[in-house]
Amino acid sequence: MPYVRTTVNGQPVEREVEARLLLSDFLRHELDLTGTHVGCEHGVCGACTVLVDDRPVRACLMLAVQANGKPVRTVESLAEPGQPLSRVQAAFKRNHALQCGFCTPGILMSLTAVLEEEGPVSKERAVDALRGHLCRCTGYRNIMTAIDEICAEPKEVGGGAG
Amino acid sequence: MPGNVGRRMPRLEDDRLLRGNGMYLDDIHLSGSLHAHVVRSMHANARIAGIDVEGARRAPGVRLVLTGHDLGDLNGPLPLLGPHPSLLAPRTQRPLAVDRVRYVGEAIVMIVAEDRYLAEDAADLVQIDYEPLPEVVEFDDARRGDRFVHDDIADNVAAVVSQVRGDPEEVIRSAPHTLALSLDIERSCGSPLEGRGVLADWDPRRQKLTVFDSTQSPVAIRQGLSRILDVPLDRLEVSAPDVGGGFGTKIMLFYPEEVLVPYAALRLSRPVKWTEDRWEHFISANQERGQHHEAVVAFDDNGRILAVSTDFDHDTGAYVPYGIAVPAVTGTHLPGQYDIEHYRYSGRVLYTNKPPVSPYRGAGRPQGVFVMERLIGAVAKRLGTEPWRVRRANLIPSSAFPYDTGLELHDRSRAIYDSGSYVEGFDRMLSHVDVEAFRERQRATRAEGRHLGLGMATYVEGTGVGPYEGCAATLNSSGRIVLEVSVPSQGQGHATTFAQIAADVIGCAAEQVHVVTAAGGPTAVGHGTFGSRAAVMSGNAVAAAAHALRAKILAAASVLLECSAEDLETRDGNVFVRGAENARVSLADIASGANPIQYPGTDRPTPWVSREPGSDAPVSLSATEYFRSGQWVFGSGAHGVMVEVDPGTGRVTIDQYVVVHDCGRVINPLVVDGQVVGGLIQGIGGALLERLTFADNGQPTTTSFLNFHLPTVDDLPPLVLDHLETPSPWNPLGIKGTGEAGIIPVAAAIAEAIEDALSPFEVPVTSMPLFPADIRTAIDRTEP
Ligand code: FES
Ligand code: FES
Repeated sequence: MPYVRTTVNGQPVEREVEARLLLSDFLRHELDLTGTHVGCEHGVCGACTVLVDDRPVRACLMLAVQANGKPVRTVESLAEPGQPLSRVQAAFKRNHALQCGFCTPGILMSLTAVLEEEGPVSKERAVDALRGHLCRCTGYRNIMTAIDEICAEPKEVGGGAG
Repeated sequence: MPGNVGRRMPRLEDDRLLRGNGMYLDDIHLSGSLHAHVVRSMHANARIAGIDVEGARRAPGVRLVLTGHDLGDLNGPLPLLGPHPSLLAPRTQRPLAVDRVRYVGEAIVMIVAEDRYLAEDAADLVQIDYEPLPEVVEFDDARRGDRFVHDDIADNVAAVVSQVRGDPEEVIRSAPHTLALSLDIERSCGSPLEGRGVLADWDPRRQKLTVFDSTQSPVAIRQGLSRILDVPLDRLEVSAPDVGGGFGTKIMLFYPEEVLVPYAALRLSRPVKWTEDRWEHFISANQERGQHHEAVVAFDDNGRILAVSTDFDHDTGAYVPYGIAVPAVTGTHLPGQYDIEHYRYSGRVLYTNKPPVSPYRGAGRPQGVFVMERLIGAVAKRLGTEPWRVRRANLIPSSAFPYDTGLELHDRSRAIYDSGSYVEGFDRMLSHVDVEAFRERQRATRAEGRHLGLGMATYVEGTGVGPYEGCAATLNSSGRIVLEVSVPSQGQGHATTFAQIAADVIGCAAEQVHVVTAAGGPTAVGHGTFGSRAAVMSGNAVAAAAHALRAKILAAASVLLECSAEDLETRDGNVFVRGAENARVSLADIASGANPIQYPGTDRPTPWVSREPGSDAPVSLSATEYFRSGQWVFGSGAHGVMVEVDPGTGRVTIDQYVVVHDCGRVINPLVVDGQVVGGLIQGIGGALLERLTFADNGQPTTTSFLNFHLPTVDDLPPLVLDHLETPSPWNPLGIKGTGEAGIIPVAAAIAEAIEDALSPFEVPVTSMPLFPADIRTAIDRTEP
C-alpha cells in the first residue's frame, strides 16, 4: 500500500494509506483531527482548508499520499490547549465572526497564511483570502470587522501569527 | 446580576469552536463504526420494475443491504406533521421507495459497509430497473391532467389553503382602482454548510440505542423514533451535537435516513454512520419557496389600499411532510404591516416530481411579502407617487395594538399582533435612506447613463410558536448553574443568551452558567429550534426556572446565614445578607451545604441544610419550569435598498442596504445583529444568486456550489443597521423571535429597486430571483 510520511501540526506521521484516500478524510478520520471540516468535497466552500507547505490548500481536493514529505497544519495547531487563542481566533471571538462555526476553521487557516506573509498585514490580501470561502451563517460582516481589527494591530500583538 | 441581558457579550461557545474542538456529527468516531450510503433514484417519476442488490451484497466490506422489502412494516409512510383539515390528499415518503420513485434523489437502497469508500463502491453494483413516467416539473405540468405524481390524485392537489376577512370580492368590484399582477418566486434551499447526518449505536450491554442527529429537533426525533422503532424512551437517547447550520432544512422530520440508520444499528449491533455529501444535499434534502401568485389590489385615489386578493400555487414537491405550514404562513403573513380591511387568499398545494418542501428560513413569508410589496409598487406607479407614500399611508398605527388580523395560523391559533412600532420603524428607515437626496442622485446619474434604483419593503414575522418549552435549572456543587433545555443551537448562540438570562436572575456571571440540550432529562418533552421560537419559548422558560431555583437557593442560604430569606440578595455568585457584606455564602457552598454527604476532597465540613427545621430530607437545588403560550408574537422591520443596475450586463450592485429591525427586548445585540445580517445576506443570495433549476424531465441541474451560488464576501453591501425595541407584552421577558427576520423582505425590496433603476426601460419585475441574464432578457423584450 502507498504510504505517507510527513509532519502534521509538527508531529511526525507515517502511515500506509489507500491511494484514493482524500487528505481531508485522512486528517479527520485517521488522525482524528476533526477541526478540518468538509462542506462540499467539490473544492468550492473552503471549509476543508489546511496549510500544506505553509500554503492554503483544499484538503478535499488532495489525496493523502500527495502530502508525502509536505508538512501539514490544521486549525488544531493555531493555539495549544490551555494557551490563548491566536490573533485571528481572538479577533473572531471578539467580533462574533462565527455562528455555527462550520466554515470557521478553513477561514482561520487562510487568514493565518496571509498573516504569515512578509511585511504588514494587507487587508486586500486578507479579503482576497476570504473570497475563497463560503459562510452560510454570518453574512461575512463580522468576519470583515475581525479582519479590520487584525490589520489595525501591530503584527507582534496577541500571540503571534498563529 | 442585572447587566447581562442587553449586553453585547462575545459568545461562550466560541473558544471551543475556534480551536477546532467543535463536535459536529461526522466528527464523532465510535469504534467499530460502519458507514451507510444511500442509493437514490435517477429518475423524477418512474415505476420501479426491479431492484437487484445481489452484487452489492457480495461486495467487499459490505455488512448490510436494505431495500424497502427488507424493512417490512417499518417501510410505511413516514409521519405527517401538522395534520390540518385543508389537506385533501396528504402523502408522505416511505423510508425506501419500493415500486415507484417521485423525485431524483429519493432513497431506494441503503448499503452499510466497513467504510464510506466501500459502501460507495458497492452502490455501483446495485441495478434498478426504471420505467419512466411523464414528469410533473412546472405548475403547468401539474394541471395538464395527463401526468401524476401520485396515481390516485388526478389533479396533483395536496391541499387548498384559504381564508377571507371582510368582503374583498365586493370591494374589488366596486373600488375606484384595481390592478392585477402575476408573480413568481422560484425554488431555493437553505444549504447549511454542514449537510445532514445521523450516527446510531445500539449497545446490547447497556440495552441502549444512542442516536446523534444533525437536527434542529432531537427531542421530537426521539419521541417519534421511539414509536417508529418500538424502542421505549428509556432505552433511547437522541441528541444533536454541534450543528453546522440548519435554516429549517434540518427541522424536517423524519428524513428516511433518520429511521434507516438507527434501524441498521439495531440490526447489526454496531455503530452506523451516514453523512450526506453536497450532491446528495441538493437532490434529497428538502427545499422551498416555489410559488406562483395571481394577485389583485383595490385602492383609492389617495393610495389607501382597500382590498387584496391572491390565488396562488405552491410547489410542495413529491410529498407534503410538513402539511400546509409554508403556504399557510404565506397567506397569513402577506398583509404584514398594512392595515387592509378586506383580504383573501387561496393557495393550491401542488405535487411535483421534485424534492419535498418544508420550511426554509422565512418559511413562506418572503413569498407573501414579495407579493404585497410588488402590489404596493404597482399602486404607486399607477397613482404617479412614491411607493413609500403608499406604504406609509397604509401602515398599522401604534395605537392599534394588539391588532387582530382576523386570520387563523396553521396551528389554529389566531394571528394577533401583540405590539409594534411600524410607523416609527418605517420613518427611521426613511431617514437613513433620505429619499430626496437619493432622487437627486438618481437624476444626476441618469444624465450620465447610469441607472440607480431605490426599493423598500416591510414585514412582520410571527415568532415563538407554542405550545411550550421547558427548562430544568440546577445548582451543582461546583457552584455552577446548569440549564437543561430542549432546543439545540445551529449557531444561534443559545449557550450564551440563555446563560445571560439565567445569570441576571440568579445573580452570577454568565460564564458560571452552562447550557445543555437535554437528551432525556425532565425537559425532554419540548419541541425544537424553528419558527424563531427558541429565545421566546425557551428563553422565558429559562427565566422561570432560574427564578424558581433562586428561591430555593435563598431558602438554603437563609439556613446557612441564619436569617430570613427576605433579607438576602445575590451578587457575583454569592448570597449576601442585605447590609452586612461579610455575612455571605457562595453558590458552591450552598450546594455542598444542601447535601449531607461529605465527599472525598471536600476541604471543610459545611453545615447541613435541611429542607425545613426538623426534616432530614436534602434540599433540592433544582427547578423545572415551563413557559406556555398559545399566541405567536410578532417581530417586524423595514428595509430600504439602493442599487445600481448595468443595463448592458444586467449586473446589480447594491450601493447601500438599510435595516430597521424590531424583535422586542434584545438579550444579546451582538447575536441579534448576527442573525439579522446573516439572514439579510442569505436574502440577497435568494434575490440575485440562488435558484434551483430542473430540466424538463425533472433532473436537477444545480447540484453543487459551483452552480448554486451562495453569497461570498463580495455580496456584502454597505449596511446601516438600526433597532427599535418594542417589547412583547405577552411574555415576561418581552422577547420576539428574530431568527428569520433578516431574510424576509429582501427579495421584495431588491425587486422594487431594480424596477426603479430600470424605469427608463419600463421593465416590470415580477419574479425572483433575478440573475443578470434575466435582467438582460427583460430589457431586450422591451426594446423595439
Ligand atoms: S469541502 Fe473542500 S472545498 Fe468544500
Ligand atoms: S458560521 Fe456557519 S457557515 Fe460560517
